[in-house]
Amino acid sequence: MTQGLLLKNQMPTSEPVIEINKLNFSLNGKNILRNVDLTINQLDSTCVVGPNGGGKSTLVKLILGLLQPDNGSIRLLGRPPQESRSSVGYVPQYTNFDPMFPITVLEVALMGRLGMWGGSYSKTDKLRAMESLAEMEMADYARSKFAELSGGQQQRVLIARALASAASLLILDEPTSNIDAHVEFSLLELLQKLNKEMAIILVTHDLGFTSKFFKSVVCVNRDVYVHPTSEITGEVIQQLYGGDIHMVRHDHRCAEEGHVHA
Amino acid sequence: MLEFFTALNNPQIPFLRYAFLAGLIASIAFGVVGSYVVARRITYIAGAISHCVLGGIGASLYAQSKGIGWLDPILGALIAALLAAIVIGLVSIHAREREDTVIGALWAIGMAVGLLFIASTPGYVDPMSYLFGNILLVTQRDLWFIVGLDVVVVGVSWILYNNFLAVCFDEEYARIRGLNTSAYYLTLLCLTALTIVLLVRVVGIVMVVALLTLPAATAGRFARDLWQMMVLASLLCMVFVSGGLAASYSFNLPAGPVIIIFAGAVYLCVAVAGRLRSR
Repeated sequence: MTQGLLLKNQMPTSEPVIEINKLNFSLNGKNILRNVDLTINQLDSTCVVGPNGGGKSTLVKLILGLLQPDNGSIRLLGRPPQESRSSVGYVPQYTNFDPMFPITVLEVALMGRLGMWGGSYSKTDKLRAMESLAEMEMADYARSKFAELSGGQQQRVLIARALASAASLLILDEPTSNIDAHVEFSLLELLQKLNKEMAIILVTHDLGFTSKFFKSVVCVNRDVYVHPTSEITGEVIQQLYGGDIHMVRHDHRCAEEGHVHA
Repeated sequence: MLEFFTALNNPQIPFLRYAFLAGLIASIAFGVVGSYVVARRITYIAGAISHCVLGGIGASLYAQSKGIGWLDPILGALIAALLAAIVIGLVSIHAREREDTVIGALWAIGMAVGLLFIASTPGYVDPMSYLFGNILLVTQRDLWFIVGLDVVVVGVSWILYNNFLAVCFDEEYARIRGLNTSAYYLTLLCLTALTIVLLVRVVGIVMVVALLTLPAATAGRFARDLWQMMVLASLLCMVFVSGGLAASYSFNLPAGPVIIIFAGAVYLCVAVAGRLRSR
């Protein structure tokens, strides 16, 4: 925990958490991302949207140094991703998990404290993991089996694991894919709270999630565009997803013109 | 049953005692590594490794007939298992798309090599003993070998528990935390290879994987975490091996199949009971 605080304090406030310059990435000769420029500043809240297969997850993997760009540069917390990624809180796609895996909630959270050489966890590690679980209101479940929790609870545990890494940046990949609308809403409240201390990047194919909470929206479909949330209009969405899309308003405050279908 | 315990003490039939002790000692490694194999869902990789062991056994039998006496079949089995683990591991890391095809091929190639060596070895060698196990083959020297391997497997699993747990549960996340996940994966496969060699003599190449996975799969239905699964699987494995040996002695049946049927029957009962209860 101390390490995390130090990191945060040492970093000059002006330095962006993510800085991507002229990045290109292709796979098997196919252009996945082209000429990407992207800057995410501290305490930003960013929603990354785009169609499936548009390159959202690839972008996240590049940011975390799990993939290498063909050219261009990525700086994560001011350093190359491989050096700094362990200080990033990452919540992977829920679908990656084996639903039968024998592991307790505390063990999952402790993974956020795993060091390069692993070995056993210290008292500080356990304390930090429990704190993170408490922050997610999951401390009572520490000894429970991860597989027996509900989708929303598992999501909270995975966020707790990410927080245990003492992060100044939290990246969530499709966190809403396996939870119901009610949980989705409280997730948004939670992120709002966390955003006071760290930058948040949320990846989703669900445009309904692009709420007012996010300061900016990054649209990824081979090309990457950044929009302030207020600029998201039917036109932008059509440009992103192609013309074949129906837009339904999600804010549930029916204006005079009612629901607009573009 | 009583006559089984009398037989264990009978100096005339030391092999029964050796097989019994080998089973009890190896059960710890089987419970520990079996839990990793079941949790990480790499049973078919373990299967491929165990079948490749025949290649090593065949090669060492052939070498012994050519005067290279030190190359004991169990040593050949060990080398072949480790080699197979590394090759299969590298294939599974690098050739993700056709992984199952390549592993299936290696599975058969390992056996083919073994059978060709056995066929070229002068005199009659019965491959059945190696394929389906034969407790008559367990010697006192094997027993020491098994103790040594058991200590290595359990020791490494113990020290690297948190790392293996992380790599098995969420490989991508472990990589982000700075772990060399490919190295851990290969280490896990090598531990699997060593474990398989432990009981190849008792239950045979074809059936040894079932003894690796059935106790762990049964334990997995009750365990809250991997640690509990390992302890429970080890105990179950001890029960299956000793019970199977006793039954095979009493009814004069081959030990390997009896042990496997016992383990399979218990797993089936537990699975069906769990199914009925969840209704």
